[in-house]
Amino acid sequence: MTEPVLSLRDAELTLGGRVLWTGLDLDVEPGEFVAVLGANGSGKTSLLKTVLGQHPLSAGSATLLGDPVRHGDRRIGYVPQQRLADEGTPLRGRDLVGLGVDGHRWGVALPTRARRRHIDELLAAVGAQHYANASISSLSGGEQQRLRIGQALAGDPALLLCDEPLLSLDLRAQGVVSRLIDDNRRARGFGVLFVTHDINPILDMVDRVLYLAGRRFRIGTPDDVLRSEVLSELYQSPVDVIRARGRVVIVGTPDQSHAHEHEHDHAGDLP
Amino acid sequence: MIAILAAVMSPVMAPTAATPDWWSQLFNFSDYGQLLVLLQNSILAGALLGVVGGLIGVFVMSRDLAFAVHGISELSFAGAAAGLLLGVGVVEGSLIGSIIAAAVIGLLGSRARDRNSITAVLMPFGLGLGILCLALYPGRTSNKFGLLTGQIVAVDDPRLNSLAVISLIVVVGLFIIWRPLSFASVDADVAAARGVPVRALSLVFMLLLGLAVAVSVQVVGALLVLSVLVTPAAAALRISSNPIVVPVLSTVFAVVSLVGGILLALGSSVPISPYVTTISFLIYVVARLTSGRRARRASNRRRIVGAEA
Repeated sequence: MTEPVLSLRDAELTLGGRVLWTGLDLDVEPGEFVAVLGANGSGKTSLLKTVLGQHPLSAGSATLLGDPVRHGDRRIGYVPQQRLADEGTPLRGRDLVGLGVDGHRWGVALPTRARRRHIDELLAAVGAQHYANASISSLSGGEQQRLRIGQALAGDPALLLCDEPLLSLDLRAQGVVSRLIDDNRRARGFGVLFVTHDINPILDMVDRVLYLAGRRFRIGTPDDVLRSEVLSELYQSPVDVIRARGRVVIVGTPDQSHAHEHEHDHAGDLP
Repeated sequence: MIAILAAVMSPVMAPTAATPDWWSQLFNFSDYGQLLVLLQNSILAGALLGVVGGLIGVFVMSRDLAFAVHGISELSFAGAAAGLLLGVGVVEGSLIGSIIAAAVIGLLGSRARDRNSITAVLMPFGLGLGILCLALYPGRTSNKFGLLTGQIVAVDDPRLNSLAVISLIVVVGLFIIWRPLSFASVDADVAAARGVPVRALSLVFMLLLGLAVAVSVQVVGALLVLSVLVTPAAAALRISSNPIVVPVLSTVFAVVSLVGGILLALGSSVPISPYVTTISFLIYVVARLTSGRRARRASNRRRIVGAEA
């Protein structure tokens, strides 16, 4: 068996005096697609920030290919939720991808032939060639997300972290963007940790699900975890999982009454 | 028809004794050559500020800091006025004022909402403080007014040197942080994930912005700093979204506005700022008018290419 890309052992995260999750063991294998689901404020985004080295664990360990996770590891690609770029941004599609190539370096980007070719390859990998020279403020949400995936693929990541990348996209764009992630992880063999509140757009693609709720969690295939009795036990209140027309609908989770908490989760400032 | 035209144009064509006196106050090119030599320092200062304003303006736009710039310039004005009153020096005073303001806004206002309210609180305070210092200052009134609306005569050699040094710091500093700062300005979360020191960059940028504002206050005055630090970049962004073309265009627009404004203002008895702001405004209007046509053309082209793909 190959070495897991990401490995969490007995991990516990405490933020602001509150334990978000504890005793978490998770291995993400190369090429594996793991979805992270869970209640609002259950620490889904915080899990990604932990892997990014921005929130230290309060107990246990987190390693990337055997090394402790650290800030700014180039072996991690990161795709955030879509937010429309405004008019004041002097960037074209190819420049957004270029930031993934060398945006962390000091100085000014020199337009060399090698850099150009690298960016062209990334644009081709996400099928964004024909709007490569359009201003990013003129692009649709789906087009911008394609470019962000291309940006994250620069540097050939071993692990791709996605934080609600489908949020506020229309159904068609959701399908396109999630297929793009799926195809690339198969072709390139990187692991995917995909935070989402809605499993349906990626239900056919995910290998395993990590479901977080109230300090507890369940890990397993979608069929193992997304069942009424499993989630009822996890939430410790009756929850119904309904499968209809290939979609999963989860009814009765206690957090459905305060749906805004998740947004605060994202608005939190960087450390 | 011709008669009407001639009647309308006559004040412009031939300023006679009958035309209002303000024409010769606005435009007066007698002894132009001598004035040019006398005021070459001002022209140089204008060109320097054009480069600084054009470059930093691009980031002011992409980081949405226009209002913060206005706030910093009012505190810079307060500092300059205090420097005048206490005899510390106008350049020194305005530097101290704008750096304090930039640091406060940078430290407390990492979110747009906080930043706007902090700026709104600082701005009238700075203006009031500046007015108090000017009211107490016993010297010439033209000096006082110049801090608010720009002055042209006052750039002597030591002052030009200090402006040049500050400008150089800003330009070199910007070039060093250019790429990670662009990254952090587009997408702070992703940049942080890639190891870009987002918070430190934001503070460094605010300090550079403070320096740029202090230079601007010397030339165009506190009230009109936006015309140098925002309008040229806004105009450039209407024309292009190429990350190399935009700063170049923005710099050209800022230098043209400033040097052009100073050249027009040379012989007049009016401050330079109306000339500078008018040129920079006109450039923006032209850029906006052409950009509408350009956007339509680009979207047509994309549709054709997209259909082929």
